[in-house]
Amino acid sequence: MAERVALTGNDSAAYALKQINPDVMAVYPITPQTELMHKFAAYVADGEVVTELVRVESEHSAMSAVVGASVAGARAATATSANGLALMWEVLYIAASCRCPVVACVVNRALSGPINIHCDHSDTMGARDSGWLQLYCENCQEVYDNTIQAVRIAEHPDVRLPVMVCFDGFILSHTLEALEVNDEETVRRFIGQFERPDNLLDVAHAQTFGMFALQNYYYEFKKQQVDAMANAPAVIQQIGDEYAELTGRSYGLLDAYRCDDADVILLGLGSTMGTVKQAADDLREQEGLKCGVLKIRSFRPFPAEQILQAIAGAQIVGVMDRAVSFGLGGPLFHEVRSARYGHQDGPMLDFIYGLGGRDLGLDDAKGIFRSLADASESGRYEPTTRYVGVRE
Amino acid sequence: MAELLKKDEMKPGAIGEGGTMANLYTGSWRTYRPVLDMEKCIHCLRCWILCPDSAVEISEGKRQETNLQHCKGCGICAAECPMGAIEMKLESEFMREEQ
Repeated sequence: MAERVALTGNDSAAYALKQINPDVMAVYPITPQTELMHKFAAYVADGEVVTELVRVESEHSAMSAVVGASVAGARAATATSANGLALMWEVLYIAASCRCPVVACVVNRALSGPINIHCDHSDTMGARDSGWLQLYCENCQEVYDNTIQAVRIAEHPDVRLPVMVCFDGFILSHTLEALEVNDEETVRRFIGQFERPDNLLDVAHAQTFGMFALQNYYYEFKKQQVDAMANAPAVIQQIGDEYAELTGRSYGLLDAYRCDDADVILLGLGSTMGTVKQAADDLREQEGLKCGVLKIRSFRPFPAEQILQAIAGAQIVGVMDRAVSFGLGGPLFHEVRSARYGHQDGPMLDFIYGLGGRDLGLDDAKGIFRSLADASESGRYEPTTRYVGVRE
Repeated sequence: MAELLKKDEMKPGAIGEGGTMANLYTGSWRTYRPVLDMEKCIHCLRCWILCPDSAVEISEGKRQETNLQHCKGCGICAAECPMGAIEMKLESEFMREEQ
């Protein structure tokens, strides 16, 4: 039986992990993720899971332990934020290349420096080329649902790649929201048993893991990863459909909100999309501006085709980036614009916002929609990249 | 050399058999070569335990010659030998001898 509860984002992830009951979880504390591991450690101490909790000396070790556990055949998971993810960097690539279907909850936080503990996406944006899938969450319900689905997506034989479940630090991690949770039996049936077909402990069929591959083989291993990632969109959709049958909550690669007849569409990731949806509703009602919102759930793999479909009818498209690639602009903006090239025309603007947790309120979101409408009406699209709310 | 496998013939992210490093020549960049004086060796096998490259070979509990295909010349065996039976000699000396 499903149950309605009040949980923070961290507690939602910890609760999902409790129901998943991974064989191994290796964790190291970092704000704002720390409460997630505290909560999970309590489940371990109370005997509610059989997970072997490995308390390591750094995030580099946490990810290494997760890789080791995974190649040994265990279902493994971890959680981190910001600089903790940065310290995992080297091993993120190894997890992906060793085809470890592990799950990491990443509580998005700005990378230092200056030191800042609040939300932006600079941490996970930097890991976008590591070979991990990335799912972004709008609210605590999605944190819970995505963590459970991530296990299935990662372990699917067509994919077998690690998955990051990304959710906004403090805005979600420390905010109490009402959500619906499944009963444990339902979750365990949904995820099933994990059986890695090749594993380190199967000495009767010895294999080499974490191997050396030079000019003659490295390239082929990389192409295998490319192919696995190319299989991922269909798997994400399939698992999302199965999950919808189970819970009534449907998930795909993206979530198009009032896009069908929209003249102005804003794209983005994470919790801000909730605010932007409210702004779209208000502007439609109060100013007759036809606004739509396209929330990207799966940033990796990048759902180019589905994005193009959703924004095809818009007069102008804005992209919200909670990270900046210095010397370029917003990473999401550039990927969307690149996806359109040769297929779809239309003006686009990039809105960098919320760095280091700078709040973006309802009025700011409306302002972004209005500036898109103004640009569309006047035909003036410069500057392309705009920094929302910066003092200058 | 055996024909190289194609992408889809390979295991995802792994090699389909174990112990494959044994087939490779990984001792080519050695600067110093361990030279064992069998007269002094007491077959305690400390070098066998400590060698990071499994280059110390044994047979029926007795120390054999070092496998130079895998020895990288780190000198751990010489440093740890309780009898001082292993001496590290410059590879260049052997090159001269071989010439």
